Formats: sequence, structure tokens, C-alpha cells
Amino acid sequence: MIFNALREKQRKSYIHMTNRPIDSAYQKVDGPRAVQQQKPLPRRCIAGLGNLASLALMAAMALSCSLAEAAPLTITEIAPGVFAHQGQVEPMTLGNRGNIANIGFIVGDKSVAVVDTGGSVAEAQDLLETIRSTTDKPISHVILTHMHPDHIFGSAAFLRPDVAFVGHARLNAAIEARYSYYLEANRPILGEKLVRELSQAHVTLPVADRLDIDLGGRIISLRAWPLAHTDNDLTVLDQKTGVMFTGDLVFTTHTPSIDGSIRGWLKVLDEMARMPVSKIVPGHGAIGAPWPAAMQAEQRYLNVLVDDIKAALAANKTLAETVETAGRSEAGNWLLFDDYNKRNVTTAFAELEWE
Amino acid sequence: MTQAIRLTMAAVLLALTTQLAIAETTTAKDDAWPGLVTDVFQDRKMTADPAIISLEAPYRAEDAAIVPIAINAAPPPGDSRYVARITVLVDNNPSPVAATFEFGPKAGVSHLETRVRVNQYTNIHAVAELSDGTLYVAEKFVKASGGCSAPALKDAAEAAANVGVMKLKQFPPKDGGSTLREAQLMVRHPQNSGMQMDQMSHTYIPPWFIDELAIHQGDDLLLKVTGGISLSEDPNLRFTYIPNGATTFNVTATDTEQKTYKGSWPVQPSGS
Repeated sequence: MIFNALREKQRKSYIHMTNRPIDSAYQKVDGPRAVQQQKPLPRRCIAGLGNLASLALMAAMALSCSLAEAAPLTITEIAPGVFAHQGQVEPMTLGNRGNIANIGFIVGDKSVAVVDTGGSVAEAQDLLETIRSTTDKPISHVILTHMHPDHIFGSAAFLRPDVAFVGHARLNAAIEARYSYYLEANRPILGEKLVRELSQAHVTLPVADRLDIDLGGRIISLRAWPLAHTDNDLTVLDQKTGVMFTGDLVFTTHTPSIDGSIRGWLKVLDEMARMPVSKIVPGHGAIGAPWPAAMQAEQRYLNVLVDDIKAALAANKTLAETVETAGRSEAGNWLLFDDYNKRNVTTAFAELEWE
Repeated sequence: MTQAIRLTMAAVLLALTTQLAIAETTTAKDDAWPGLVTDVFQDRKMTADPAIISLEAPYRAEDAAIVPIAINAAPPPGDSRYVARITVLVDNNPSPVAATFEFGPKAGVSHLETRVRVNQYTNIHAVAELSDGTLYVAEKFVKASGGCSAPALKDAAEAAANVGVMKLKQFPPKDGGSTLREAQLMVRHPQNSGMQMDQMSHTYIPPWFIDELAIHQGDDLLLKVTGGISLSEDPNLRFTYIPNGATTFNVTATDTEQKTYKGSWPVQPSGS
């Protein structure tokens, strides 16, 4: 009885979700999709408990099962063996369960690599469910593209002794320094239940510069970048298809957010543009967009910020004055602009005023 | 820094953060201010007079670790008193007194901007003390959260390498003939609040911040700042002043580790 009610509720919320106007807007910019896998998946609280490794995880899952309003993830195979889910272009909320970042997985002949774990354990469990329904290959690697909660909060769902957690060599330190802050900042947003399920992600396979991982007939190339969006950005390039998961080094549609260095970021983008990439899964925005065209809007926005702030500094404007004006010409080009632009100006101003 | 103090700070942080959800739905009116008037100002009478002191701050702080505030303070025209001291308080921060600015009698600092950390929804107060001891107050409400425990943006190694590096900018007068000049002092310093977590050891990074900074033109004091953890990383002061004809600015800063940082710059002629 209860399970049937659950299923019905999930089915409805799934339909609701796929009908969202924001989703259909993305279809336009997505480009052709090789294969669409958009089927509602069985909930983990009904099936799949046999996969569980630990009692702690079972307890966590039991908790999340009570969140019956949760919707399964929409996953697209954007190139053979490369799957991505496009997060909502929204701030994290209880309603979206932190499902705002793009996440995905790559399937080799031997094993699977997950790229980012999403904004809650509940979301990550849906990803896990999707992987299980897609392939029998074991998950060998969970790759975290950077420290932000919407990319790492789901990590507990993948904690197993035989899964390597891969990240930038500076990622552990970055998370360590911020984790309690992230928890408290997100508690009022995600709610007590989702926050209680979290556990701190910890990299077991750090990448200082570059690392190739063999998933069996498929090499993925990881690259750790200097200070840019954050100080721990990592990209994942699938050599077989040329698809790159950029993490938040690339935003499309969603206003970029600077949590590192605007100068550093622009430098990194220049170098990324020269990489042999066919299309990308950006950190936020349309998945499967062609490269390097997909980063031109972001590059333009960051350059506008630099130009506006440098002009303001040359005119002896204060930070408070500059926050009101810099970047405004970009307002129409981005979603969530008012949520991020002024903070970006503040951060970039504090960097550029030293030049 | 003793273990006991660290533990206290951890407890304070915990207490603060558990209040976050509540703070969301309440205003800053449940109110630290009366207690601060008692503790910091011994219940002295103070008057809200925007003609004598006003405070500008964003209603919503975009980056809680870098909240720009601006203070205008001057005695009424023709009044022989001068502004001797301005105290800035972020009421709901763990260490509410962000900074106290003392001014030389002829400094003429009538406009002052700096950046503060704001840990939660709070009132900010600026209290000016004129040279005869009378107090004037201005108030602003700011929405922000996490400014004191938010970690620095860049890596600690880079910040440590640059500690004490200073930059002084001198601006041309805004209206050609004015006797007022404007300058901005920037100092590289992590301003560790004691509420940030160490990356490796799981302990709180001890507070380490600039606690005193003085700017002189020649031998005359322009302003002296006594600061705390609520001043943002890389302290930043922009202010107007009346030139006294001296040819150099001299800056001395000391931090809580008793390190001293000095800088000296030639005064640029007006119009440059």
C-alpha cells in the first residue's frame, strides 16, 4: 500500500519535473543527443538494498526514503558510454534536494567512473540507481571536480572500500577548511534531514597535475588546474569520445561564480580552449555543448567584469560603487544573475585593486 | 592561544551556527545593542544625528567576508570640536567591536570606508565621539551570514607569504579646489578570526590579526585603528583628510603576534 502510494507520488513528480519549462529550454541548446535514457527508476527504498555495504548507509537510506517527493534523475547518454544529468539552474533548496549541478558517469569495459556526486545523498542515491540500471560494471572511481557542496554532498552514497575517491591534490584541504561552514550554511536551505545524511568527502587518490585512469578500453585523463573558479578545480576528459567534464570551470546559462581568482580563471580557460575536446558537460547549464564555443559566454562575462572593475578603479570608484555597476551589461545573458554578480564583483574587485 | 580558549571559540561557533536557522526569520532587534551600550560605552547618552554621523552599508551583504561600509562624520559647520574617535560595532558578531578609529585633531577625516565581516543578520553601529566627549550614533541593518567562519579565498601559503605588504593609493581631489584629499591604505593580512578550521589538524586556526595601525602625515596623526577579527582579510581603509603640508605618509601596523609592518610614501601633490 505505502509503496504503491510512494510510486504514484514519484511518478507524478517525475512527470512534473520533465515538463518543467526550464528543462525544455535546454533542449534547444543541447544539440543532438545520441541516446536518451529518461525512464523513471525504481526507488532504492523498494529495491537494491542488496548492494549496500554498511549498516550506516542503510540507516542513511532509510532516512532518505522518507523523502517521498524526491524525483529520479534524468540521465542522457551524450556520447557512447558517457552519461550526464543536467542539474536545475536554481539555488540549492529542500525542494530540489541540492540537485543543481551537472553530474554523470563514464562506463568502460571494466568499470565505471562517477563524476561528481551532487548536492545531497538522496540525489546521489538516485544517480547510483541510474548507474545500476545502466551497467553491471562496478564503480571503481568517484571523481570530484572541486569542493563546492552541490558537487560533493552526495559522496556518502558511494563510500565503499573498493571505490577510489579522486580529486585535486588541494581538495582535501579545501573541504576540510570549509566543511563545517558548508554544513551550517546549508542547514537552513536543505533542511535538517538532508544535512544529517551527509558525511565529509575525502580524496584517496589525489591528482597534483595529471592522471590517466583506465576503465578498460577507455582512458580518462584528469587534469588539476591552478587557482581559477576555486583552488581545486579538476577536469575529466574521456579520450574515446572527446567529452570533457569541466566542473565549474565552465558555466553556461547559470551565472558563473568566482571563488578563486578571476585572472587565474581566464588564464585556465585559454589553456582549456586548446584541448582536444568535442563537447562538454559544464558544471552548470546545458550538457553536451560543443567546445570551445561552450565557454565563450563565460569568458566574455569574466572579461567584462575585469574591464568594468579596472575602469572603476581607474576612475577611483569605491567597492560599494563598483558593485552597483560592474558587469550589468551581462545581466540579460544569464540566469541567477542577481544571486551571483555582485558577489563576483566584490571578489574580483578585492583581487584587481592590488594590481 | 590556550586549548581552553580554542574550545570556547568552538563552542561560540557552535552556538552561533545553531542560531542561524532562527536568525533567518527574525530581525536583529532581539538585540545585542543595549548590552553593547553598557559594556562598550558605559551607558553614556548618545544621539542619532545624521548631520553629524551617518553610516552606509549594503542591506544584503553579497560576500559576508567582505562587507563594505562607509561612515561620514563631522561636527556641525562652525563647531570647534573635532571627531576624536569612531567605534564600529557589528552587533551580532562574536567580537562585536570591529574597530575603533582615533583621529588627530587636525586630521579632518570626514569620510571613512572599510570592510567588515558579518557573521549573521545584524545591526551595524557607528558611534562618533567628539572632542568634548559627546557621542553620536548611526545604525544600519545588514543581512549576511558566515563572514567570520568563512575561510579565506586563496591558499594559506600564499596569504602568509604576503603578510604585511602594503599599498597606498592617493586620489586627486574630487572637486578641483577642495582642501580635502582622499587616500586608501591596503594591507595584506589574513586576519584569522579564530573561527576558521585548520585544514590538516582539525583544530581552529588561532586568531591572528592586525590589532593596531597608525597613519601619519609627517609627524601628525591622521588616524589610528584598533581592530579586531571583524575587519576583513587584507584590511582596507579609504578616507578623506586635510593635508598639513607634510611630504610623507608613514604607516605602522602591528598584529597579534607582535609583528610590526611599516610603510612610507611621498605625498603626491594635489591634482596628480
